[in-house]
Amino acid sequence: MKKFLPLIIIIALILILGNWGVGVNNMLVEKEGLAEAQWANVESSYQRRADLIPNLVSTVKGYAAHEKETLEGVIKARSEATKTTIDASNLTPETMAQFQQAQQGLSGALSRLLLTVERYPELKADKSFLELQSQLEGTENRINVERNKFNKLAGDYNITIKKIPTNIVASFAGFEGMPLYKSDPGSEKAPKVEF
Amino acid sequence: MQFSDSVFSKKGLKMKKSSFILILCLTVFTCSLSFAQFEIPEIPKEQTSIYDYINLLQPSQKNTLEHKLVKYSDTTSTQIVMAIISSTKGENINYLGAQWGEKWGIGQDGKDNGILILLAKDDRRIAINTGYGVEHLLTDAMSKRIIERDIIPFFKQNDYYGGLNRGSDAIFEVLNGEYQGTRKQDNGFPIGLIIMLLFIFFIILISISKNRRGGGNNGRGGGRRSTAADILDTIILSNMGRSSSSGSGWGSSGGGWSSGGGFGGGFGGGSFGGGGASGGW
Repeated sequence: MKKFLPLIIIIALILILGNWGVGVNNMLVEKEGLAEAQWANVESSYQRRADLIPNLVSTVKGYAAHEKETLEGVIKARSEATKTTIDASNLTPETMAQFQQAQQGLSGALSRLLLTVERYPELKADKSFLELQSQLEGTENRINVERNKFNKLAGDYNITIKKIPTNIVASFAGFEGMPLYKSDPGSEKAPKVEF
Repeated sequence: MQFSDSVFSKKGLKMKKSSFILILCLTVFTCSLSFAQFEIPEIPKEQTSIYDYINLLQPSQKNTLEHKLVKYSDTTSTQIVMAIISSTKGENINYLGAQWGEKWGIGQDGKDNGILILLAKDDRRIAINTGYGVEHLLTDAMSKRIIERDIIPFFKQNDYYGGLNRGSDAIFEVLNGEYQGTRKQDNGFPIGLIIMLLFIFFIILISISKNRRGGGNNGRGGGRRSTAADILDTIILSNMGRSSSSGSGWGSSGGGWSSGGGFGGGFGGGSFGGGGASGGW
């Protein structure tokens, strides 16, 4: 019996450790999954913005057809932005930076478009333009809200996988940190979508 | 053994230090991301439809509006909450509203049918924030229209109650019939049923005790038994008094427990995704 005692202790230890490892692993899977699902929400709110643009462009065209350059800039930026999507399981700082850059390009083109709109009072009073404008405002707000939710979830996940002793399981099972959505340069001031 | 132990602890210490720095960086980073200057109040204990932090409305106006919104929530489960503050302190009002609604969990879990109307008096801005479940009806454009057409004209004449009242009517019209709800009972416990059962139980007890008393009077040792029955009677009577009074409360509010004092079951845990619109006057 005495001969087996160390063996039993070792087996028990392995079992306890294994059980703990599985629990930690599952907890990490859940956190990662939640953050990834939230990333999908972020992308869909950006998609929502992209979907508004054809309508917006055609409405503006009706009043300001000769603002060709600005309108084309928006269309180009839009196709650039819709091309760049990231698979949630493939979130790396590089892909994130790419995505952000494409979306920022669209934000810039949009704000230039809205600036030119200022010169067309009839357009500014157009009913469908007003609706589009409020939808655009709502969508920008959605983007901010979803992004903030993503950063919270991903930040929480990042902290969890770095903590002792969770980090042992995380490195063993190959959990990697997620990039956060950094605030756009110059967006510390609230996005100006005044009309 | 001793040697390896000390190495391990050293390593552990090192790891702790690096992870500590990392956590510190992350916290600082996330703090700078959510640069909320306005502190959203904690979820109130009594969860109702109007939170007037600056006493903008008169008590009677507040009660009328509160009652109206709670009643609407009773029949539709859609929770409309109005919060009146002085200023968002520079925060985008729609962004703040979405965070606020999310934090409080306005609307039902799963349906996400909550609406938060945030009025910042000194900023002269109002925002309608919609939960995920009402976005498709009360769209951003519709919210904007309600603010511009129904609310702002009243606000321009300093009639805050009139604007909020008209705005809530307009929202009712837009949401017409989408959600139907049974009022959630507090603690999700069939108290009404239990009181009914208790009532029946006591009636049975009374009849039994009366029979006993009758028997006691005829037989021996009746005196002692009758005092016991008296004590029982007083207990029964006092209990009946209690149960009947709460029973009447139940009747008056028509199926709910708190008589219009708040949402039945409180905020349901609805979620907000940033939909809605805002406007100024």
